[in-house]
Amino acid sequence: MNDFNKQAVAPYHNNFLREVEERVEDGEWVKMCMQCGVCAGSCPLGNAWQHTPQKLFMMIRAGKREEVLSSDSMWMCTSCYNCIVRCPRKLPITHIMHGLAHYAHRQGMAPKGQPTREIARLFWNNLAKTGRVNELKFSLAMYFKDGFVQGIKNSLAMQGVGIGLIKAKRLNPMEILGGHKCKDKAGFRKMIAKAREIEERKLGNAS
Amino acid sequence: MSPSIATNQTILVVGGGISGMTAALEAAECGKQAILVERNATLGGRTALMSRYFPKMCHPTCGLEINLRRLKGNRNVRVMTLAEVSNVAGQRGDYTVTLKLTPRYVNTNCTACGACAAAVEAEIPNPYEYGLSKTRAAYLPHSMAYPMHYVLDPSIIGTADAEKARAACKYDAIDLDMQAETVELKVGAIVWATGWKPYDAAKIQPYGYGRFANVITSLEFERLADPHGPTGGKLLRPSDGNEAKDIAFIQCAGSRDENHLRHCSRVCCMASLKQTHYVREAHGDSGKSTIYYIDIRVIDRLEDFYQKAQQDATVSFVKSKVAKIAEDKDGNPVLHGVDTEGYHRYATTHDLVVLAVGMEPETNGIKLPDDLLLDSSGFIEGSLSEGMCGAGAATSPLDVNRSVQSATAAALRAIQVVHKTSAAEGVK
Repeated sequence: MNDFNKQAVAPYHNNFLREVEERVEDGEWVKMCMQCGVCAGSCPLGNAWQHTPQKLFMMIRAGKREEVLSSDSMWMCTSCYNCIVRCPRKLPITHIMHGLAHYAHRQGMAPKGQPTREIARLFWNNLAKTGRVNELKFSLAMYFKDGFVQGIKNSLAMQGVGIGLIKAKRLNPMEILGGHKCKDKAGFRKMIAKAREIEERKLGNAS
Repeated sequence: MSPSIATNQTILVVGGGISGMTAALEAAECGKQAILVERNATLGGRTALMSRYFPKMCHPTCGLEINLRRLKGNRNVRVMTLAEVSNVAGQRGDYTVTLKLTPRYVNTNCTACGACAAAVEAEIPNPYEYGLSKTRAAYLPHSMAYPMHYVLDPSIIGTADAEKARAACKYDAIDLDMQAETVELKVGAIVWATGWKPYDAAKIQPYGYGRFANVITSLEFERLADPHGPTGGKLLRPSDGNEAKDIAFIQCAGSRDENHLRHCSRVCCMASLKQTHYVREAHGDSGKSTIYYIDIRVIDRLEDFYQKAQQDATVSFVKSKVAKIAEDKDGNPVLHGVDTEGYHRYATTHDLVVLAVGMEPETNGIKLPDDLLLDSSGFIEGSLSEGMCGAGAATSPLDVNRSVQSATAAALRAIQVVHKTSAAEGVK
């Protein structure tokens, strides 16, 4: 094939669909969508999203890499599983949504400051440090994510709840100093690193 | 395989709908002996319960009448109603079939005068109107019934009502001592024209069939449109009896769905397009039909029927599988979903929703002989020994036209079976 021909057929090579199939968890299901629209209509938050699952799948097929990966839609999924239950082709739509979110995050294309993504990120960082979730630090990180002043405001607003939790022994203020952790912290971190290594190898990113 | 020897040249046809009648008649008109067994009290099957056929919009009475006339004029066919096959033994060319006969409590003296129905007080949901109306417990199945005899519902046997019916009959036609019987038949070949049944719409939970009065199936809509039906042919909605002018049709209700029926039922698109004609005929330009669809699949030469519907200003199409149906405070169904042409979210209120329910084999849930080969949906593909075959909608979701073609082919196959085996036996 000469260069002119290669150029002419290039738009018809759907590299993005192939990329999703190969690298996004459950991405191989995307091509099974028959565009009936049941997922879009069944999503309780559907009207709050930029793109419904049905539309995202069509965009993937149309090769709209930039728009898909920077969409906020997959971050809005609450895992209610309505779409999976109703999909006439039994696509694991919820899982594809999470797969896409994860992939967009890894590619550094996920929307900046998107609240649910931010929570997920803070939660993971909190957990990955000690192998245990430090609820006090996690809450504080949440309050202060939009800057110091806003953090103080948030903290004051939630003061009553915090004191209530401490009185009910549901919150230990001493957690601020390091906090509880799993027995073998180094082992835990090694395990996470290994899991990540395996995942990267599966995705073909191994160095 | 060793050649089987025919001990019997009779062809058994199971199921007395349009396919079974056709298969039995085609074989009989070739000079073969045929026995036509039907589980219900009358021949005609689901075809008799249609209001019209597509694409020519003619009445099923016409097609059935032709077959009934052929049946009356042919002494090679023996018809048995209220007879159900309970066992098949033997092999190709030599089957022993066990039939379970249910009593009709009415003998052949019956002239269909209707005196028994007038005398009986008990009412039952009319099985030939999908329960949309009630009928007296002594009833004629429908106006095209064959045999043209009344039936007593077993629920009144032993009650005063049964005695009233007997007393009212001037022809000594009511026999309350009839008992269930078991008989055996010897046949050479078997044609399974066992037909189809509508998919249970209540299983499609988000559509609320059974919860919302104004969500009905396409078959119930056929009964509404039929002048002999429960509403005298008026399109009245079940909740309040008001005329339904703005009607939604939902395609693939149960079909093409891994959670329900995997296959495309093929006829439902044409059926809904046909039913838009009922709306137009009832209301003229003030009627409104909306078809919600994934793809319109009108089979082969019928595309022009679709094109005509597209030109009709009262018919509109929404490319979307409806996600769910809700009900507003006035009992109107509200359809929710997102369309595929532009991804617009809608919540549209209609007077009545008709679910174009899918077709599944009537025999699903019934144990068929092991020799029969079924596809993943339960439709009959053939038999290992080739001594039996399917006909009509038992083999695949087919419309009336294609069912008749399939039945004719099945008759030829059955004739081949008895012919080949009789040749092996040296019978001319």
